[in-house]
Amino acid sequence: MYSGIYLFICLFCFVLFRDVEFEIIVVDDGSPDGTQDVVKQLQQVYGEDCILLRPRPKKLGLGTAYIHGLKHASGNFVVIMDADLSHHPKYLPSFIKKQLETGASIVTGTRYAQGGGVHGWNLMRKLTSRGANVLAQTLLWPGVSDLTGSFRLYKKSVLEDIITSVVSKGYVFQMEMIVRASRKGYHIEEVPITFVDRVFGSSKLGGSEIVE
Amino acid sequence: MRHVIKIITILVAISAIWIGLLQTAVIPNSHTWLLPIYLVVLLGCYGLLMVGVGLMRFPTCPQEAMLLQQDIIEAKEFLKQKGVDFGSD
Repeated sequence: MYSGIYLFICLFCFVLFRDVEFEIIVVDDGSPDGTQDVVKQLQQVYGEDCILLRPRPKKLGLGTAYIHGLKHASGNFVVIMDADLSHHPKYLPSFIKKQLETGASIVTGTRYAQGGGVHGWNLMRKLTSRGANVLAQTLLWPGVSDLTGSFRLYKKSVLEDIITSVVSKGYVFQMEMIVRASRKGYHIEEVPITFVDRVFGSSKLGGSEIVE
Repeated sequence: MRHVIKIITILVAISAIWIGLLQTAVIPNSHTWLLPIYLVVLLGCYGLLMVGVGLMRFPTCPQEAMLLQQDIIEAKEFLKQKGVDFGSD
């Protein structure tokens, strides 16, 4: 079964093509389902300097995937998002607009604010999400409403700075990134996003993109 | 100031108030000894309340799922025209 990456790339390019200079970096950890073939076809459509395919031999984890993608990034800003369409590219203009308005170092997507939301989460998942959030808010005072979200726009220098100091893995990794950024005093803004879960089941593909 | 130091400062301040109350016996000491326990229970209840309220008010967006499906169909059409072969899902 093919993942949704080709649709993701198509929608992404559609949203940003005329207004913004960007490149898409696809970090693929050996997905066996023909993902790379489809991406290569899209490179024919959009150009090889627009879509960069940077695969890795095997599954190596999210943090290192970010670092790997970051090495190939050439712009001033980096957007990190899921490539399975749970993060919809249509929100990218609102991230960019917020950054331009406020000059923020990080713009993070929040599913909890007005205008945001989720779909496809069962009660258990909502419970753990809220529980973790309340606990983290009480202990950490992070200054953002959605700590575990992974749809974020960073200034490239800021991302490089934070990512080297993060020590945790997996679920906590996203939380640690934003908490560390908050501690270091970086200016963080939020935009509401919607999260539609499980449109393309199984694997977690993270693609990172650069916007100039 | 590091975050840990902030937390410790608050705990120290609360302890100081508690010890102060014990010393001056403004409130009968039998009550004062139990104050920390009341505080912990209150904090626990507050936490549960926040989780419960948050759960009830969890924002959902079923219409987004439909919009997404439409976007997917449009994208597939567009790519088909450009000659991209993506197999079947």
